[in-house]
Amino acid sequence: MAVIEVERKSLTLVERTYIPAILSGLKTTWKRMLAPNVTLSYPEQRPEIPTGYRGVPTLVKDPNGREKCVSCQLCEFVCPPKAIRITPGEIAPDSPTAHVEKAPQEFEIDMLRCIYCGLCQEVCPEEAIWLQNQYSMTGFTRAEMVNNKEKLYAIGGTLPDNHFKWDKKKSAEEHGNAH
Amino acid sequence: MFDFFFNLPLWVQIVAKGLAVIAVVFPIAGACSLAERKVSAWIQGRPGPNRALPWGLGYIPVIGPMLQKLGVFHLMADGGKLLFKEDPVPGNVNKFYFILAPIIAIIPAFTTVVFVPFGAYFNEAGRIVPLILANLDIGLLGVFAVSSLGVYSLILAGWASNSKYPFLGGVRASAQLISYELSMTLSVVPVFLWINAPGQPGTLSLAKVVEFQSLPGFLGGAWFVFLMPLSAFLFLVALFAETNRQPFDMPESESDLVGGFHTEYGSFKWSLFFVAEYAHMTVGSGIFVLLFLGGWNPLPWIPLETVVGWLSGLGEFATHPLFVGILSISIFLGKVLFFIFFFMWVRWTLPRFRYDQVMKMGWQILLPLSIANLIFYMIAIAFIQK
Repeated sequence: MAVIEVERKSLTLVERTYIPAILSGLKTTWKRMLAPNVTLSYPEQRPEIPTGYRGVPTLVKDPNGREKCVSCQLCEFVCPPKAIRITPGEIAPDSPTAHVEKAPQEFEIDMLRCIYCGLCQEVCPEEAIWLQNQYSMTGFTRAEMVNNKEKLYAIGGTLPDNHFKWDKKKSAEEHGNAH
Repeated sequence: MFDFFFNLPLWVQIVAKGLAVIAVVFPIAGACSLAERKVSAWIQGRPGPNRALPWGLGYIPVIGPMLQKLGVFHLMADGGKLLFKEDPVPGNVNKFYFILAPIIAIIPAFTTVVFVPFGAYFNEAGRIVPLILANLDIGLLGVFAVSSLGVYSLILAGWASNSKYPFLGGVRASAQLISYELSMTLSVVPVFLWINAPGQPGTLSLAKVVEFQSLPGFLGGAWFVFLMPLSAFLFLVALFAETNRQPFDMPESESDLVGGFHTEYGSFKWSLFFVAEYAHMTVGSGIFVLLFLGGWNPLPWIPLETVVGWLSGLGEFATHPLFVGILSISIFLGKVLFFIFFFMWVRWTLPRFRYDQVMKMGWQILLPLSIANLIFYMIAIAFIQK
């Protein structure tokens, strides 16, 4: 290995007074003071959320307005902090979405327990539960921090769906070749 | 109005003048704490305090939001908070001295204003009359004597807190202030050597220094910062150390002393220390401006008299003592406010010294330099004034 001798220059008298360094530092801070701010005024200005951000878990509906969740309870089982609680329910036979058979009667996510791991989203066969870009979930009471089904749908909204799995199943059933 | 004022009994005049000065210095010292927050925010690239808004004022169309953005109302919010929040006194302290310390801090800081001339006007004979609370010949000596008493409050606060870190802070404060007091005093001696010609009655009055800087001629009109740049620099460095500002804030130095001498203090008592520090800063930069930057003279070689002479072409009002007084006070205050800003600017530029560096700089660099500076000017002035 080659040895490179580094010459250590001793400081000149002017440099040793530190005055040029201080003046250039003052110049730097002066420029910094006139430059635009780099911070956000948070509640008014929101940061840009990158795609794929895992914020608050929500429930979504499909473009037909049907709730996607079929209360299979996989998310409830997989949830590491046991934040999800599903009460399964039947769909009334006279409902236009009766062919789906099941929907949650109640769906609760306790945000005091949720760790935003995203396992519920991974495991959901219906793509019904999504971690979306809301990142500030706050409340004044413990009860307020438990998101019920209504609230989950309100936050989640509707997501685009390319598959329409249950529509296909319905039409297949009507043509006599279910399964 | 003028005659009315001068016909009042002397004590009423004195009280009125004193109250007027307090009414200016107190708000400046208070507003400094806000300015500090704002300037530091700007330098750090953030907007700084901009939330407080009293009810109703936000509805004023343009001014309301603008004042809110500037954080003006935070002055009231800070003051109210510091006044009304809980003010604990630790159980193991000497209560009398513990409470006495912040009071002692604020007394010398505000007393020094007495010796500072902050403006001037011309009387009927055309002679310059400085605006000053006590136009004493001891001027600067009085300032040094009284302002150095401020260190007692730091020592007392450190000792009375009965806790290690405040105690260390107090001890460090006393050592630091003594080290820099010497070079500070020595660095201003050349200025007074210059203005006191032999054979004339000597003076230490700050007003005389400013009058000297407004004389006609090249040497007369030059500000002392041009004639004695090293003195000005040494005085400025010592001033930073005297007022405990960064990079010399050894008594506080929260990186190694938690909060320094005021670790045990909270709310209003704590704020008194800070108002005292800012008052000290205000008076200190006032003295720097008077000694080296021509006081109330607007520009070097252009004294106040010349400017008033130019303005008198515009009308009678320009030579009125009231107008001249306000003009000179605003020029002086403008310079002082710039220096307060400079203190804050430096705070966010330079890193804090280590304590041994502070001591080394005080005793081994600044003190020999100021003595050499003094000897040089002694010889030079002896040759010039012969």
